[in-house]
Amino acid sequence: MKEYLQKYVTLRKHNFRVAVKKAKRAKMCYAFLAPYAILFTLFYILPVCSSIFFSFTYYNILESPRFIGLQNYISLILQDDIFLKGVKNTFMIAVITGPLGYIMSFLFAWLINELPRWIRTIAVVVFYAPSIAGNVFVIFSVFFRGDAYGYVNALLIEMGLIDAPILFLTNPDYMLPICMLVILWMSLGMGFLSFVAGLQGVDRSQYEAGCIDGVKNRWQELWFITLPNMKPMLMFGAVMAITQSFGVCDVTMALCGYPSTDYAARTVVTHLFDYGFSRFEMGYASAIATMLFLVMILCNKAIQSLLRRVGT
Amino acid sequence: MSKKRKEAKREKQPRHVILKRRQPNRSRVGDFFVYFFLLLMAVAMVFPLVYAIESALKPLDELFRFPPSIFAQNPTLDNFSDLFVTMGKSWVTFSRYIFNTVFITVVGTFGHLIVASMGAFVLAKYEFPGGQTFFKLVTVALMFSGYVTSIPNYLIINSLGWIDTYWAIIIPAFAMPTGLFLMKQFMEGLPTSLIEAAKIDGANEWRVFSGIVMPNVKPAWLTLIIFAVQNLWNNKAATFIYSEEKKTLVYALQQIQSGGIARTGQSAAVQVIVMAVPICIFILSESQILETMASSGLKD
Repeated sequence: MKEYLQKYVTLRKHNFRVAVKKAKRAKMCYAFLAPYAILFTLFYILPVCSSIFFSFTYYNILESPRFIGLQNYISLILQDDIFLKGVKNTFMIAVITGPLGYIMSFLFAWLINELPRWIRTIAVVVFYAPSIAGNVFVIFSVFFRGDAYGYVNALLIEMGLIDAPILFLTNPDYMLPICMLVILWMSLGMGFLSFVAGLQGVDRSQYEAGCIDGVKNRWQELWFITLPNMKPMLMFGAVMAITQSFGVCDVTMALCGYPSTDYAARTVVTHLFDYGFSRFEMGYASAIATMLFLVMILCNKAIQSLLRRVGT
Repeated sequence: MSKKRKEAKREKQPRHVILKRRQPNRSRVGDFFVYFFLLLMAVAMVFPLVYAIESALKPLDELFRFPPSIFAQNPTLDNFSDLFVTMGKSWVTFSRYIFNTVFITVVGTFGHLIVASMGAFVLAKYEFPGGQTFFKLVTVALMFSGYVTSIPNYLIINSLGWIDTYWAIIIPAFAMPTGLFLMKQFMEGLPTSLIEAAKIDGANEWRVFSGIVMPNVKPAWLTLIIFAVQNLWNNKAATFIYSEEKKTLVYALQQIQSGGIARTGQSAAVQVIVMAVPICIFILSESQILETMASSGLKD
């Protein structure tokens, strides 16, 4: 045992020495990476670590942080009803818009793939534009306005389906579905572009080979040829979709107000903003952020291991 | 002559058949339904955008006409000129908001491009201890959204003394992980022999980077630019910036929109200004962006 340990230590030492030597030779590389690495550490790694640290403390910026153990998490889960509502809403939105948006991105990318080049270009612009148009989704608040001048209300009244206008954006029953609709409208983002580009890169001759080998219809073609070829893009798209669907807050804040009626459109991120930037309970907000971080990472890992099985 | 033509014709026929077989497993009816569905979806996707543009062009009486028309009957640019008049009256002029956003976007995008591609270059083309680990960290950073880090970020920027300055938005934007990720993936496709050849010719690393690598990855530049612009242009930055004269365009847009029903036309005009820039850049650089995205896959 001792001998084994000694060998292990010498091996480690040797490896370390080799690494140092290599690092000395690669000084230029570190110099190139340094600006990015410093900024990345400062604005991504350090915040995550300090967020985990602050989540175990009571911190309100004015006083220095006071260690309180798991108290923040306990009160989050056991006492904060609004947080649980936010979690429920976020999960509802994530579970519905995440996969649906992802499938939509892939479906549209797949369907426009065989169109002639110029039509494809127009289609890409049309489908991608909503997600980069920024704040334009507030136009939906005109469509769904609560009085009879809102277009959806007016249409429904004219058709005789309802007598009185529905308060779409203040009635808790309608808030979430409308937010989901708007999020879906904007969900063809970076993942969609990745899919379009990836589909273009699939070798055409594979389809012919597949046809000869007995692929009968488009679905088989999709499952046996296209999807396995697209695996890296599918992973990238999934990461983008998950990150976006758990971080939803812009749309709900702009359409349903902040805070929304009866907290019906509260999400985890709006709850985080509420505690972090309105009440300055940074420790409590950090606990929310840490939980959100863990959920995002775990969900991403789970989906990735699921996607690895595609086409096998 | 005619014999030759006939032969050519005979040769052409089988080729024609092959061409038809190129798209196996497709039926006309299926295609029709698929493209009809796509067309419907495209109209649904583009409708809100078209509506936003059209309402910016509508004169006041048309804006409130009921039932509404999608297209303006007498299109005017009054809303835009009104906007400048209203905003000219407030003590922060509208052009100042535009300047703020443009300044933040341009500086942030430029810095991000340089910093991220320098990092991506060594990560893609050299092997050194810690490089792979660092890249893995970057891919993990792709997996959570910026909201998670918003509170510690605020504290860090506060301790750096950047609150209420442009730097609070610009500097963190330099380190966006998507930019480095896409750039690195694209640079991996660059032949290593190119770099070696330059080195043999006596170029140092900086020269290789600025003279050889960067000109060859122009499609990836545009991709980085569009994503950075999209991020910065739509940045409200409400938590970092308090003084009125430093607020961004999107923030001003929200203020106008909360001005109520009398400002409907003007807020539509602002909306068009805000959305026009990223969409235009995207349209102009679409093919290059797709070229970069082809290497965007996440391998494990």
